[in-house]
Amino acid sequence: MSDSGQTSQAAALDTFPRLLMHHAAVRSTRPAMREKEYGIWQTYTWAEVAQNVRAIACGLAELGFKRGDRLAIIGDNRPRLYWSVAACQCLGGIPVMLYQDAVAQEMTYVLQDAEIQFAIVEDQEQVDKLLEVQSDVPFLRHVIYDDARGLRHYTQTLLMALDALQETGRSHDRNHPDFLDAEIDKGAPDDVSVMLYTSGTTGKPKGVCQTHGAFIAAATGAMQVDGLTDREDILSYLPMAWVGDHLFSFAQAMVAGFSINCPESGETVMTDLREIGPTYYFAPPRVFENLLTQVMIRMEDAGAVKRALFRYFMDVARRCGADLLDGKPVSVADRLLYRLGDLVVYGPLKNVLGMSRIRVAYTAGAAIGPDLFRFYRSIGVNLKQFYGQTETCAYVCLQPDGQIKLDSVGKPAPFVEVKLADNGEILVKGPMLLKAYYKRPDATAESIDADGYFMTGDAGFFDADGHLKIIDRAKDVGRLNDGSMFAPNYIENKLKFFQHIKEAVTFGNGRDFVTAFINIDLEAVGNWAERKGMAYSGYTDLAAQPAVYELIRDCVEKVNADLAADPKMSGSQIRRFLILHKELDADDGELTRTRKVRRNFIAERYDALIDALFSDRTSQHIETVVKYEDGREGRVSADLRIEDAKTFAPQAAKRAA
Amino acid sequence: MMMNDLAPGAQLQQAPTATERRVGEVILDLQNISLSFGGVKALTNISFDIREHEIRSIIGPNGAGKSSMLNVINGVYHPQEGRILFRGEPRQKMEPHVAAAQGIARTFQNIALFKGMTVIDNIMTGRNLKMKCGLFAHALFWGRAQKEEIEHRRKVEEVIDFLEIQSIRKTPVGRLPYGLQKRVELGRALAAEPSLLLLDEPMAGMNVEEKQDMCRFILDVNDQFGTTIVLIEHDMGVVMDISDRVVVLDYGKKIGDGAPDEVKNNPEVIAAYLGTSH
Repeated sequence: MSDSGQTSQAAALDTFPRLLMHHAAVRSTRPAMREKEYGIWQTYTWAEVAQNVRAIACGLAELGFKRGDRLAIIGDNRPRLYWSVAACQCLGGIPVMLYQDAVAQEMTYVLQDAEIQFAIVEDQEQVDKLLEVQSDVPFLRHVIYDDARGLRHYTQTLLMALDALQETGRSHDRNHPDFLDAEIDKGAPDDVSVMLYTSGTTGKPKGVCQTHGAFIAAATGAMQVDGLTDREDILSYLPMAWVGDHLFSFAQAMVAGFSINCPESGETVMTDLREIGPTYYFAPPRVFENLLTQVMIRMEDAGAVKRALFRYFMDVARRCGADLLDGKPVSVADRLLYRLGDLVVYGPLKNVLGMSRIRVAYTAGAAIGPDLFRFYRSIGVNLKQFYGQTETCAYVCLQPDGQIKLDSVGKPAPFVEVKLADNGEILVKGPMLLKAYYKRPDATAESIDADGYFMTGDAGFFDADGHLKIIDRAKDVGRLNDGSMFAPNYIENKLKFFQHIKEAVTFGNGRDFVTAFINIDLEAVGNWAERKGMAYSGYTDLAAQPAVYELIRDCVEKVNADLAADPKMSGSQIRRFLILHKELDADDGELTRTRKVRRNFIAERYDALIDALFSDRTSQHIETVVKYEDGREGRVSADLRIEDAKTFAPQAAKRAA
Repeated sequence: MMMNDLAPGAQLQQAPTATERRVGEVILDLQNISLSFGGVKALTNISFDIREHEIRSIIGPNGAGKSSMLNVINGVYHPQEGRILFRGEPRQKMEPHVAAAQGIARTFQNIALFKGMTVIDNIMTGRNLKMKCGLFAHALFWGRAQKEEIEHRRKVEEVIDFLEIQSIRKTPVGRLPYGLQKRVELGRALAAEPSLLLLDEPMAGMNVEEKQDMCRFILDVNDQFGTTIVLIEHDMGVVMDISDRVVVLDYGKKIGDGAPDEVKNNPEVIAAYLGTSH
């Protein structure tokens, strides 16, 4: 019933507010959003969502919110915050989502850049942050909060409860029943619908202005490829400020009319995932990695019989699971074994992971380790990769069903043109491109070439089947002194697949050989240490233990063996490594808020360690300032050991995956 | 969890003053209490009062009689001498369950939870006194018992939400780290919807972050539900930051009583804590 209605009216459904009102009319009683409250899932239908959005929009209008104004939205994934996004769009405003775990000072830049006058925030935590930086953002006029807990004694006049705002909105709507519809009618597809700030891997964050048309095109194309309907369920748990969440939890849900589900809190995501059993799932590689690590840890603690069963059937799955999913020929014996495995291992495992109902799962945001990717596909989770960035609505390439390659990101998506520059940089063009960087015509001009192609900054190439393969950031790809290619991300991803390694940073550009910083995974290595009866007092202590170095060296050498098999990469095997004394942390500026390594920053901060890695020293003293979550600073110092790893002769013929 | 609003110092600045928090009449008046076990004098001639909606701390070195004092308040010990007025009424010998029925709940110095039961079930035990239906009806989960159970479960969920322990609601308590067990114990006390809450060293053995969390919960309980809180605590920073009034015991005697600042500068208190040269 959904598709026919949509196509006949498609001409009119060109902005998100119109889509919302359309759903409220044609599928008014279908669930649009669910949220767990007091332990029970509460459902909001499309009609209820539309009513609430109206109330918020009218309330904002009453406060003086005008077309083109920016509305800051800060908090976890809550229905009320998604409503606020839609409400802002109804008025022709531009929602600006901020990363909710950023400290106040980090928010200042975006608040100033976007000249935020209105903010809708989740709770006291966010209110406190805004009040803390109020003097730096004097134009901030209204801070509207959802959860009143702890705010009873706050007397600041700019504060207002979202409930109260909705109440004013409702009476405004009663008195001016045509007001909001007229505002929605004023909207045009090439109006800016949202501003998403880049994570700032390079320089200050930039506000990427995306239009209704861009996100609707991106959502429509993805729906075509995967045949999404209004019956999908998706768990919305990734930061609203991230383009991925805006595409999946907002744009696609609005275009297709499916349900989004908000977890109870950050810590309950695993439970909520299991309870909801989404049909459509999206997670960055890190989440899949963490899930797998947890599974592996629990398997190590399981009894001998269970462990043997798991090992046996995972071998079966590795052999034929991915082929079965792709519809490739598989022997009858393997089919039967896989069926049995599904009964005793994969089925229950998927159930525990909350992935039993998944039709399509996507990952993106960073390259995923091939082994990690293979694991999920082999147990029957249709995990696919896509490729895109904030500037392209996270929509450039998608892997079509049945044509999954571990090391490619698939074919250009509908409406998208992709071509390669001479230096291998990927250039894209299509309706999903950004309109501009906010107040940065210089940056806009720099990133879009004369022919209208957006320069992604990623290096890659098309393989024989027309699938795009990403190697690394174009600027990160370097060369060793002997001329062989050095693609740091590529190597780091291989390292990070090992459950004991949480983060790795490699160095080698313009050097004679490759070295690496390693962050151990405290949970996985801690568990391993416990089983070995090793005592340790914390991360720093554990990371320095000789046995842990042995463990990590083993991983590094396996990666080296792997690299040796690839003629292009065999020169970049890791000769020396060290285990860092602290975890790389976004609060210290070492990772971006999306947890990507900030390579240059780390290189500067730890230059003494890098010098030591490329000398023949076997240990190096380091003292580091760390920032706690409350903004205070402390110091960590340690003597780090540097160890050598075995490298292997190139063996081109060994394997080809 | 963000901590910048939790640092005790910051809380102090933001915490409303006593009048705003509508500190009211004396609800519990202890007059000349003496308690001894055989020849051992645990408490000697102690008088102090507790006002409605305040946070009242009892501090003192080890063995000063703090826990005994708490046990006198909730009716576990019966003082040999002295008078206790609860809401103006003199209190006779009283059993702990009577105290509980009067709206006095407590947590213990050593965690006293059912280790094998889940967090929800443990907190549900705090609702015990509010359950009206009989054992039989509850066992059958039938009729009024069903409705009642749903109401109680809702209250328990509110407590869980309040204490931000959603992610562990179905975890057996024995598997939880110490700091969380303490929080669950507070949850059980809160489930009884007490008007007077006795906390016996709620922060013992916690790290700084856990202490800050607990401080925030105590202040929130006091602020949102208007619950009067009697707190025994060793961490002076915590006590001085969140208490309205502090009573200081040493060797079973009261040596100080008043606002945190007065107590801090009381020479006798300083002597008890730091020692003096004689």
